[in-house]
Amino acid sequence: MGREVKRITCIVCPNGCEIEVVLESGRVVEVRGAGCRRGVEYAIEEATSPKRIVMSVVKCIDGDLPTVSVKTSRPVPKERIWDVMKVLSEVEARAPVEVGQVLVRNVLGLGIDVVATRRCRKVS
Amino acid sequence: MVSAAPERIDVDVLVIGGGPAGLAAAARCAKLGLSTMIVEVGDRLGGIPLQCVHPGFGIHYFGEDLTGTEFIERLIDRVEELGVPYLTRAYVTELIYLDVDRKLARVLAPGRAIEIEAKAIIYAAGARERHVYEINIVGDRPSGIYTAGEAQAMMDLYGLMPGRKVLIVGSGDVGLIMARRFALEGAEVVGVVEIMPWPGGLTRNVVQCLQDFGIPLLLSHAVIAVKGRERVEAAIVAEVDKNLKPVPGTEREIPCDTIVIAAGLVPNTELLERLGVAMDPATAGPRVNELLETSVPGVFAAGNALAINDLVDNVAEQGELAAEGARIFIENSGIPTARWIPVARGKGIRLVVPQLVSGERRVKLLARVSKPFRRACVEIRELGIRTCRPRLMPAEMVSIEISPGSIPRDVEKLTLEVVEHG
Ligand SMILES: Cc1cc2nc3c(=O)[nH]c(=O)nc-3n(C[C@H](O)[C@H](O)[C@H](O)COP(=O)(O)OP(=O)(O)OC[C@H]3O[C@@H](n4cnc5c(N)ncnc54)[C@H](O)[C@@H]3O)c2cc1C
Ligand code: SF4
Repeated sequence: MGREVKRITCIVCPNGCEIEVVLESGRVVEVRGAGCRRGVEYAIEEATSPKRIVMSVVKCIDGDLPTVSVKTSRPVPKERIWDVMKVLSEVEARAPVEVGQVLVRNVLGLGIDVVATRRCRKVS
Repeated sequence: MVSAAPERIDVDVLVIGGGPAGLAAAARCAKLGLSTMIVEVGDRLGGIPLQCVHPGFGIHYFGEDLTGTEFIERLIDRVEELGVPYLTRAYVTELIYLDVDRKLARVLAPGRAIEIEAKAIIYAAGARERHVYEINIVGDRPSGIYTAGEAQAMMDLYGLMPGRKVLIVGSGDVGLIMARRFALEGAEVVGVVEIMPWPGGLTRNVVQCLQDFGIPLLLSHAVIAVKGRERVEAAIVAEVDKNLKPVPGTEREIPCDTIVIAAGLVPNTELLERLGVAMDPATAGPRVNELLETSVPGVFAAGNALAINDLVDNVAEQGELAAEGARIFIENSGIPTARWIPVARGKGIRLVVPQLVSGERRVKLLARVSKPFRRACVEIRELGIRTCRPRLMPAEMVSIEISPGSIPRDVEKLTLEVVEHG
């Protein structure tokens, strides 16, 4: 793999430090430009295993709105985001749905749930 | 048909708008023992956050990073638990000032005309989006042009995709968030066009919404024309010079089937203006005192109807402050204060709220700078109070607090300005 430098804009606080993470064969050997410790941790995580919360909407049947909004209970590894979106496109919830209700348990075996973030009230 | 004699409702406080500002205001009014009613034109309470499925809401207010939807469901729960009555699909068409203790609102609801008489009014009607004709784009009016809010409602309330190849106009947080939303749903986002030389939104959103998806950000660019008869086929973009004028010869065509305008919000103030409320050209909202009372006694404003806020936390806080103001107003038939001191905008300050302070109560001024500054402070010149930041960005409001009794007698106005150091 050799030596690689990843540039990361820190988003932990509004300073927005431009941080460089130097990797050798995938291992962090140096972190430059961070204004503080929290930035260093963030940059290392971003350079080695970036994760994001995925949020979207899924279908809701018999509800006051045709959709219910959802998010993952924890951040998903970035390279799996599209797989999670694919699963979500096929989910159909049925009203009533409450905030926090689990709509997909352990999505793709990642140990992460998909939970509702908006109510969907039943209409008959 | 609407019957001839309108129904009558009497309350202490009428809250206009059931978004975060209105809900927070109504909940606080109810806790203060005031009889309160909310009038909301939408099908449901909630306002904008109801269609915001992304996180970034409530970090200060609830101490948790919630999605817009989660945030607003909590506020709705609070209002429902307190039993605050509300009308949905009800539109306030007119406000009338009867006397200091009485205001009248005319309300239209399906099949009903209602007159609500209130001692105080909290106006929390939010903002409207700037549309394409307000930002000088020429061409036909093919389908495929939406405001960000329209596109967001289609996707996140109704589950419909507005298009597949999308150009976003405006790089404020709203534009950035919509770019990510489209990308996540599998659309190709061909770019985000921004007329200014810097992005309008938070760095966090530039990173997580654009860089994550490899979406190009075209700074110092503008859309000058739209091609397509029935449906959008392409946008013509050009670079702009320092005066934001298109530079001849830099035009190019970007194919797309959808253009999303995220060109900013403007406070919804029509009803207030017709009531004769004094306006502030800087915020495009009403001029208010530290309890968020407008120039019409007992009429308060909060949230995006007061000034465009970037954080819902501030909006909810404003709602609560207006509720406190309404309580003081109702108890005293006015706000007891020796004098109002105007807050002027100095160098580098685009806007500030409130515009009038007494020095008798603790006040949090919220200000927006006119351009980015590095290592700078926002300072109240006459008091020497300052808030310093390594970076001051127009996208993020800065707050600065004045404690009671800290304004000397001989000070007749306060000036807020940016002071750079180093
Ligand atoms: C795309 C987008 C993303 C955002 N992201 C974030 C974020 O990540 N974090 C964050 O903190 N904030 C975010 N915000 C900002 C936040 O949504 C607003 O600050 C907040 O919604 C403002 O609340 P409000 O109550 O003033 O207005 P609104 O939410 O607009 O509510 C106003 C209500 O008044 C009603 N109304 C208007 N006129 C009348 C009338 N005449 N009669 C009766 N009812 C009326 C409307 O129907 C509406 O429901 C975002 C906004 C947008 C658009
Ligand atoms: S490195 Fe530290 S100071 Fe710099 S942006 Fe990140 S959190 Fe802020």
